[in-house]
Amino acid sequence: MSHAEVLDGPVAGTSTAPLSTARRRGAWSRLMRSELRLVFGRRRNQVLLAGLAAVPVLLGTVLFVTQDSALGGQGPGFVGRVTGNGLFLVVAALFLCLPFLLPLTIGIASGDAVAGEASAGTLRYLLTVPVSRTRLLGVKALGALAFAGAAVLAIAVMAFVTGAAYFGLDDVALLSGSTIPLGTGIGRMAGVVAYVALSMTGLVAVGLFLSTLTEVPVGAMAATVVVAIVSAVLDTLPQLSAIHGGLLTHHWLDFAEFLRVEVGWDVLAQGLAVQGAWVVLFGALAWSRFTTADVSS
Amino acid sequence: MTGTTVATGTAPAASSDQLPAAGGVPGDHDLAVRTDGLTKRFRSGQVAVDGLGLHVPRGSVYGFLGPNGSGKTTTIRMLLGLVRPTSGRAWLLDGAMPEAGATVLPRVGALVEGPAFHPYLTGRANLVRLDASDATADPRTSRRRTEDALERVGLSAAAAKPYRQYSLGMKQRLGLAAALLRPRELLVLDEPTNGLDPQGTREVRHLVRELADAGTTVLVSSHLLAEIEQVCTHIGIMSRGRLLLQGERQALTDRGTAHVGVTTSLAHVGAVAEVLTGLGLTEVTTDGPTLRALLASTPPEKISAAIVHAGLDLVGLEVTRPSLEQVFVALTGEGFDVAR
Repeated sequence: MSHAEVLDGPVAGTSTAPLSTARRRGAWSRLMRSELRLVFGRRRNQVLLAGLAAVPVLLGTVLFVTQDSALGGQGPGFVGRVTGNGLFLVVAALFLCLPFLLPLTIGIASGDAVAGEASAGTLRYLLTVPVSRTRLLGVKALGALAFAGAAVLAIAVMAFVTGAAYFGLDDVALLSGSTIPLGTGIGRMAGVVAYVALSMTGLVAVGLFLSTLTEVPVGAMAATVVVAIVSAVLDTLPQLSAIHGGLLTHHWLDFAEFLRVEVGWDVLAQGLAVQGAWVVLFGALAWSRFTTADVSS
Repeated sequence: MTGTTVATGTAPAASSDQLPAAGGVPGDHDLAVRTDGLTKRFRSGQVAVDGLGLHVPRGSVYGFLGPNGSGKTTTIRMLLGLVRPTSGRAWLLDGAMPEAGATVLPRVGALVEGPAFHPYLTGRANLVRLDASDATADPRTSRRRTEDALERVGLSAAAAKPYRQYSLGMKQRLGLAAALLRPRELLVLDEPTNGLDPQGTREVRHLVRELADAGTTVLVSSHLLAEIEQVCTHIGIMSRGRLLLQGERQALTDRGTAHVGVTTSLAHVGAVAEVLTGLGLTEVTTDGPTLRALLASTPPEKISAAIVHAGLDLVGLEVTRPSLEQVFVALTGEGFDVAR
């Protein structure tokens, strides 16, 4: 491509030779890497990840000091087992973060995705570079998903390390009482982490859509968190049991399937299918909104 | 003057009636920017841009002037595909916008409604991010082009500072640097001198002239006539969403009401007035030894020759042409720098 070298003359802006406007190979991954640098290089996001990672450390410390499960009796019956096997801290920490901290983190990352660029005014410059709107939305979605994944992973990894340090690792006693070897147990925990991460995709899509509606990132962030909370509230009303199965948050705790002797793959698949439906619906809404909206910010 | 386009002189823009109507031949090889009946009506019902027929000849420096709120920025947003026109068409270089954006916009550098960057990234990192998002830019030359652009606008020393620490003038410079990341065929600069001190304004003018000399077409908007008037080869003046007039700058000021002032001795005032009316000049007025008259198409040298030929005293002869601002005020009956 020495041809291009010649065209991009030594002094920018002075050449009037026809410029190459062919897409270069690797352009997509170059933009994606830039987006990931932007997301993960931002101080605010780093603090968020550090905050999430601190949850299992705090939880583990409390349990270690009291040598008692402060959460005994709550949730699926695994929290009380943390002191016996550090591996369970992974499940306990995720369980603790699911109702609010994870939705908050994801609301911030996905709500900021488009609205943040719009409010800074950088959106208009990206679009005149030009980056196609569909491509930009895709990159923003992947960036938010990557951050959601990193958030779940940050909790899980710190929980694993903290649990192992405080309580040691042991063969895993399942919900039914039977025991599986440690190696298999770690595999099951990886399954839990993957399921929780995938459970966040629907909320990311909702946040991305809300982000295309406004130039005020805080508004999109808050609205995304509210969606998760409202969904959880609706899930507790027995009168609405008919719609419970389709709610964004209804299947979030189904990760407990990994702690059964026979993993209920059909239950997990159902949960992921619901997430998929939310992703498709709100992804389409975000796309149709973003590709037609006037950018006046 | 009800907002009709008055194109004068021999500028390519003058041939507006020969251009194909909207939907005809896309673009025009002599024009870098062209719009036909471009209109934007906002959902509020406000018509920001009304039937605009913009003609920016290739190689020109086109001063896109008008008070704040006259629709310049909305026009530029439509040209760049950021805002969808309610009706009408727009062509940029050789493509219709917004459809041809992918092939046209890489050849266009733009500064739209002030600079905008990520506050927590350095100036350099912001440019790198923009370059990384350009699918047609060569990543291997990215570093060099970034440094060149920074150098060009005098920001090399501040390149490692976060954008949020930049002064208004530095932000504006970084915006210009972004527009210069690659060689461009067309630069669209919306209010490039905003926030700059007089020295910075001079530098921008110098930069514009330099780029134009190298063959780049420059469309530069401003609400301050005097700042930009002197570098422009062409002028378009907007007011309340409509293009009041456009054409070559020289032609626009020439077509205005140029006056001639003749100073003679008091004794010869009456005789000189007769000479002037004899030459077909109108609106002859007298003020002491000085006479003023509408110049029309009479060459000034013919006036001096006629006075001397008649054996009359000629102490001084001065031709005053209206500034663009005066042309604008005459057209609209309103001041230029006043937002409506």
